[in-house]
Amino acid sequence: MKNALPILTIVVAILALWYVAVIPMNAPWERNQAAMRGDQIAFSQIVTNTMNQDRPVLPAPHQVVREMWNSTVVEEFTGRRGWWRSGSLSNRSLIYHGWVTLSATMLGFLIGTGAGILLAIGIVYNRAMDASVMPWAIVSQTIPIIALAPMIIVVLNSIGISGIVPKAIIAAYLSFFPVVVGMVKGLRAPDAMQLDLMKTYSASGANVFSKLRLPTSMPFLFASLKVGIAASLVGTIVGELPVQQGGLGVRLLSGSYYGQTVQIWAALFAAAILAAGLVGIVGMIERRTLRRMGIAA
Amino acid sequence: MTQTPTSSVIQAQDLGLTFQTNDGPVHALKDVTLTINKGEFVSFIGPSGCGKTTFLRTIADLEQPTAGTLTVNGMSPSEARKARAYGYVFQAAGLYPWRTIGGNIKLPLEIMGFSKAEQKERCARVLELVELAGFEKKFPWQLSGGMQQRASIARALAFDADILLMDEPFGALDEIVRDRLNEELLKLWARTEKTIGFVTHSIPEAVYLSTKIVVMSPRPGRITDIIESPLPKERPLDIRDSQQFIDIAHRVREGLRAGYDEAAE
Repeated sequence: MKNALPILTIVVAILALWYVAVIPMNAPWERNQAAMRGDQIAFSQIVTNTMNQDRPVLPAPHQVVREMWNSTVVEEFTGRRGWWRSGSLSNRSLIYHGWVTLSATMLGFLIGTGAGILLAIGIVYNRAMDASVMPWAIVSQTIPIIALAPMIIVVLNSIGISGIVPKAIIAAYLSFFPVVVGMVKGLRAPDAMQLDLMKTYSASGANVFSKLRLPTSMPFLFASLKVGIAASLVGTIVGELPVQQGGLGVRLLSGSYYGQTVQIWAALFAAAILAAGLVGIVGMIERRTLRRMGIAA
Repeated sequence: MTQTPTSSVIQAQDLGLTFQTNDGPVHALKDVTLTINKGEFVSFIGPSGCGKTTFLRTIADLEQPTAGTLTVNGMSPSEARKARAYGYVFQAAGLYPWRTIGGNIKLPLEIMGFSKAEQKERCARVLELVELAGFEKKFPWQLSGGMQQRASIARALAFDADILLMDEPFGALDEIVRDRLNEELLKLWARTEKTIGFVTHSIPEAVYLSTKIVVMSPRPGRITDIIESPLPKERPLDIRDSQQFIDIAHRVREGLRAGYDEAAE
């Protein structure tokens, strides 16, 4: 890990900046409290207090870390509803909500990727689709998902589809687009000579696809998948907001209802860690695949 | 010269090809009449734009003629292509980078439905033929340009078509590598007895390799001279210093110049 040092440096810098910002952000409340008690408050006291408020404007990093620890390991192993005592994940733990989000994200990612690849094949092989699909795909991405998500949920619910599927469809709605764009480019990447070579073998269309177009599209596909899986996570979280049946999105929303800023930040970090993990896994599969294809990634 | 019809492999009669472009029609080929017999090594030489590559591509059914007739093995080029009558070697090696050398050579064999055992056997045989045995598991980028081009020749030989069409296969290589590959190509031709169509813009290469040299000139692309080479089939590299060789090279150069003068008029 030769890039560990630069990354650590940045992390330390961000943490330092964060701690410094916590003081002025949370100080007004401390001063108000002091004023109401008719007290004066020393700056050193403000600094200490702002680091540990119950409902800070900006929670300190250690508060977020403590909340994450409490709402995962502590909740599951010591909580009344935790996994250790009840045998099922606690609905107050980030593990439970993370799992709800992860499962919808994965389903949406699979649907989106599949739809994206199929659309790309259609665009590359069918002139009518080539002329008609792409503008609509682009328009679909200009509609704010936050406005569209509740309507997708209402419409699907009215035809009896609820639970994980509506969220997955919203996730798929966001993740199919980068896959379409990447795969259209990838499937068209073979040059004239590579295609001519196939023609000299009088290769079938299926052969040209599987032995030429598909392999050339792989680097493009993986670049798209990394964007797609992150978009899928965003879509799922947005989809969870109106449904209120668990997930990191629910934690975000309920946190903001009750002014639980620490909870919001913990859920945000859980989402970020999840996204980083998913992108990392796609990157790992990418490296292994491309290395097997002799392409240095 | 009279040829028995059975020995002719490629026959072009008044062949023409006109591309319609925004700047008006371009006559890539005009009134090309040529017979290539079985086992001949025919070079097409001329300046760029003379239609030598276009003619080769027309034989391979990669371009469609707009006038005249063309038969390959007594069939239309399209039928010949579907019957997999020829192997084609492009100017660049054009190996698929995600396949190993062995995988690249097996590509046409997979497409043509050879059994796994036969694929392996043929791959080993053609690699031996182009002196690349032992490189089967290497990826193209691990090989030099000359070795890549040899691998692409092996790929064209793998399915054992009678005709080998080569479009400036050594054009991008340096002179030393090119000499060596020319020598190897002649040996290969002697061993496999294939009919070879070879496009080049190098006079020594054309004279050294060919039994028949077709000199072409541009605007419109046409044949200006057909030279039957009197050189023996056995050709060591130093044959290029012989008087006979120099005379043929001179005639080729004259043909090229004549084509230029006509085009300038």
